[in-house]
Amino acid sequence: MSGRGGATPPGDGNGRDQGHARVTAQAELSLRGAALSYGDRTLWQGLDLDLRRGEFVAVLGPNGSGKTSLLRVLLGVRPLSAGTLLVRGRPPRRGSDLIGYIPQHKAAAAHTPLRARDLVRLGIDGHRWGLPTGGARARRRTGELLAAVGAAGYADAPIGLLSGGEQQRVRVAQALATGPRVLLCDEPLLSLDPHHQRAVSALIDGRRRSHGTAVLFVTHEINPILHLTDRVLYLAGGRFRIGTPEEVLTSPVLSELYGSPVEVFRTGERIVVAGAPEPREPGAPS
Amino acid sequence: MTGLVAANAGADVWHELFGREDYGELLALVGDSLVAGAVLGVVGGLVSVFVMMRDLAFAVHGIAELSFAGASGALLVGADVVAGSLAGSLVAAVLIGALGVGARDRNSIIGVVMPFGLGLGVLFLSLYKGRAANKFGLLTGQIVAVDTPRMTWLIGTCVLVLAALAVMWRPLTFASLDPDVAAARGVPVRALSPVFTVVLGLAVAVSIQVVGALLVLSLIVTPAAAAMRVTAAPLLVASLSVAFAVVSVVGGILLALGSSVPISPYVTTLSFTIYLACRAAGAMRARRGRGSAAPANA
Repeated sequence: MSGRGGATPPGDGNGRDQGHARVTAQAELSLRGAALSYGDRTLWQGLDLDLRRGEFVAVLGPNGSGKTSLLRVLLGVRPLSAGTLLVRGRPPRRGSDLIGYIPQHKAAAAHTPLRARDLVRLGIDGHRWGLPTGGARARRRTGELLAAVGAAGYADAPIGLLSGGEQQRVRVAQALATGPRVLLCDEPLLSLDPHHQRAVSALIDGRRRSHGTAVLFVTHEINPILHLTDRVLYLAGGRFRIGTPEEVLTSPVLSELYGSPVEVFRTGERIVVAGAPEPREPGAPS
Repeated sequence: MTGLVAANAGADVWHELFGREDYGELLALVGDSLVAGAVLGVVGGLVSVFVMMRDLAFAVHGIAELSFAGASGALLVGADVVAGSLAGSLVAAVLIGALGVGARDRNSIIGVVMPFGLGLGVLFLSLYKGRAANKFGLLTGQIVAVDTPRMTWLIGTCVLVLAALAVMWRPLTFASLDPDVAAARGVPVRALSPVFTVVLGLAVAVSIQVVGALLVLSLIVTPAAAAMRVTAAPLLVASLSVAFAVVSVVGGILLALGSSVPISPYVTTLSFTIYLACRAAGAMRARRGRGSAAPANA
């Protein structure tokens, strides 16, 4: 890991990458020379990333470093300022069935007129015009999706009455509705207690193991998902670094990335980053 | 003695509110109004579901004030009042849609525009030299006076609103609940918002003809707010909301028929009573839990 940008995929045979050795396999998502700017502010540039089948990539970085913007690009909601993005070899398309999206937990209003099953159902056909139809196939599929995330017990409960962890389970089910090849997760564990954090991340991990779904996981906090993470994409100060957690989450690498001294401590299974400067523009889009 | 006087006075008020012996003949006269009222109930009931989901109650009020200004302007220059209130509503809807993107932004725009609209309306009415009942009707409702051409306007607008809702029902539900996820799934979230605001403007303009500008919320917010207290099943919420709105309007017209009081207090009282009943039922339901036997294992 030398030089800036860190565009080289890790191939140093440390055991994590054996499953990805077949370089001929097509990447689920592929960024080449990708850049994103708002006006004259560049969030990141020169980004090369191949997200492979069944891979779990954590995206870290301070507020305003462009983590969420990266997800918006991958969702096809925002165009790149430069470079190319291919989803399974094709240009991205907004609303593609190949991509599932799990948002941050946001408490639903208490009297939201939808049940857990209705939320999942929106993931199947909520984007289509017209009135809801009573299709038996969609109803069966909704039941299967809820069962797969362990939410069958509260399928008919109003979403306003679900706990944060229960709501996130249902959102995972919604994201899986189209059978996506890639799961894009935008801080899905935020504001959940440790027990629910484990449950929801285990759910996402289970899906990647059973279906080979690739996962791009934006987070502030690496520790709850450290044991799942194959590679880290660390964005900071307009630069980035890609590699295994052992390669990227070190004092020298992060100090260089931030351009100021940063200490990384490892205590058992946990990693603590100290001294990372706050972003200069906290209001900037992240 | 005093008891007798009080009873007499009570009887007078009762007569004022619900009196008239020639009820049957009156009923025949307002057949059209009942039809219009029922259609407006359907529109109000359905639109209110999205008003609640999108937290637009204040916008309804703001649109109503500009609609009132449009209607009173039309009254002043001798133009069609329904067309005037439609024009006012649409201006308000476009303003709110164009200027207020975020919720906080939207509320301040509405707060700024609303008194201006109301002031304009007051100005137009004070310049108007016609029947006083016409003035009062714009604020408090006047459906009994609906004539055939106005009726055509009303029903036509209602049909348009219902058709628009039918087309965008699913994506609008998705976008109202979870705009980010809906956008990621390909729902045109940004386009739906102003389109719905215009549809809401049309619904407000027609509702004003029944309950008046000041009381429009009782038709475009209360029904769904009541329904959401008792269920979260989307189909049931929509059906109950429509039922509540239709009962309020049609019931209000029937009750007002024999009296000299305008229909709006009857409509708002019915609507409010239904809401209170739903709150009570909802509180009982909440005490029973969320209705699923299986324990939460998330």
